[in-house]
Amino acid sequence: MAGSNAEQRYLRWFMALLLGPAIVLILAVVAYPFFFNVVLSLSNMNIYHIQDWRVIGFQQYAAVFAEPRFWEVLFKTVVWTVVNVFFHVTLGVFLAVILHQKFIRGKSFWRVLLILPWALPQYITALTWRGMFNYEYGAVNLAIAKFMNMAPVAWLTSPFEAFLAAILTNVWLGFPFMMVVALGGLQSIPQELYEAADVDGASPWRQFWSITAPLLKPVMIPAVTLGMVWTFNNVNVVWLVSNGGEPNDQTHILVSFVYEAAFSAYRFGWAAALSMVIFAILFTFTQVFLKKTNATEAAY
Amino acid sequence: MAKSGGSNPRVLLGRLASYAALVVFTLIAVYPVLRIITISLRPGDQLLSTSLELIPAGASLANFKELLFETRFLRWMFNSIVVSAVVTVTGVALASTAGYAMSRYRFAGRGALMSGLLVTQMFPATMLLLPLYVVLINLKLLDSYIGICIIYSATALPFCVWQMKGYYDTIPVALEEAARIDGATPWQAFRQVILPLAAPALVITALFSFMTAWNEYVVANVVLQNVDNFTLPLGLKMFQASMSTQWGLYAAGSLLVSVPIVVLFLVLSRFLISGLTLGAVKG
Repeated sequence: MAGSNAEQRYLRWFMALLLGPAIVLILAVVAYPFFFNVVLSLSNMNIYHIQDWRVIGFQQYAAVFAEPRFWEVLFKTVVWTVVNVFFHVTLGVFLAVILHQKFIRGKSFWRVLLILPWALPQYITALTWRGMFNYEYGAVNLAIAKFMNMAPVAWLTSPFEAFLAAILTNVWLGFPFMMVVALGGLQSIPQELYEAADVDGASPWRQFWSITAPLLKPVMIPAVTLGMVWTFNNVNVVWLVSNGGEPNDQTHILVSFVYEAAFSAYRFGWAAALSMVIFAILFTFTQVFLKKTNATEAAY
Repeated sequence: MAKSGGSNPRVLLGRLASYAALVVFTLIAVYPVLRIITISLRPGDQLLSTSLELIPAGASLANFKELLFETRFLRWMFNSIVVSAVVTVTGVALASTAGYAMSRYRFAGRGALMSGLLVTQMFPATMLLLPLYVVLINLKLLDSYIGICIIYSATALPFCVWQMKGYYDTIPVALEEAARIDGATPWQAFRQVILPLAAPALVITALFSFMTAWNEYVVANVVLQNVDNFTLPLGLKMFQASMSTQWGLYAAGSLLVSVPIVVLFLVLSRFLISGLTLGAVKG
């Protein structure tokens, strides 16, 4: 769209007008708070020093790494992320492959019902599952008693079970996203590949690993990266299923841990430093993951 | 994977197994929703029931009546609508214009801006919330519409811009060039040629911004304090937080809050592939 000088100037103004408002808002509500958070992470701000805070250097970072619970919660967060994303992808791809088969009738009917957990607001999912994990009246224990003849499980009052309850809830709400992505990927795999494999007598299992899996990979890698980041940072589910870390502040992942440090204990400086650490972990992870899987072109 | 062919028993078994798996997982996906419906219909004396029936004995709409006329539910809904509308209008207006500029023009810092927007998606919830919370305290804007709208825009905007930019990238530049040759101004080319073509992405962006505000609990929990200023998520949580959980009110409220957004989501879900994945993945 090259043209005269006047035209060039006009275009420059036009572009500035389109960009300006968004840039101003992004600077004000994203960039500025980010740099303020960096400053806070170097400060002593807490409940006793709300107004008269000052920059004290890297002490808060040292305090984060010296905190024994940090390592414990970090470990839990890794388990949480890996287990959740593993089941999201496995279930999602499994259901997508089933649903993609030619003979299945009523595809959109099944698809809509299976997407339901994604459509439901996350906090309602979490609060509802918390109700369903209730010891006496919750549907989960009632079903366990009725169909499996087992003793009820103390889902929300013991640390391991509470963490498991949060994982089950999050697996439930997360598989439809992967299913939708996988369905999109399956549509782009040419049918002839399967026909050729059939002629060669390859079993469906063999066909999945030799054709479907490798061809789905480029579509799934960005989705898995996104899924890892979302899951790692999902404060909703853990916080609401465990009602803020119950029992006894045992049910935490890093984000719920820092959320509590900030807004229940008002350890602002410490929480800001921990936020930076969480961000650094995720940033490093995604860079390495994307490089290892060679998916950078697809993601950018 | 399984090929349509003949009616040999192995093929038949495979098909049966496929349908069985679909039925099982669909039931799992739908059950919690059915459970909410059941509980919302229970009459007051049976809220703590150990029954697993779908339609409870003596089903009534008493919970809905109490919710609408004896709690602050409608007030919270009003708050949620105002906040969600502001965030949606801001998100769509700014992302549809800025995304276009970022897709079509090369300017200094463009690459850095794109990476920066992507990187914000890795921020933990507290990263922007904590500093903005401190700022809002100092500006005396805590517990206000403005305060909550600012934080929600900070959450929604980067993703919206990124997604719109990705979608514009898939629309050929030749279309504007043709319009320009026919004498259209850059604004007309954008407004009358490109924007209508970007409708699916606009719809997804609007849905996304709306849901950011409508479904948000964690930020609201920190920023809003007066019960009259609560948005729906805080209100619903309150039914569950009080000493004796008011399951009937909670379930009725959850249904009323979810149904519109779920229907919208499901209707628009056919755009999710073209809009969301194209935008998010193919940037």
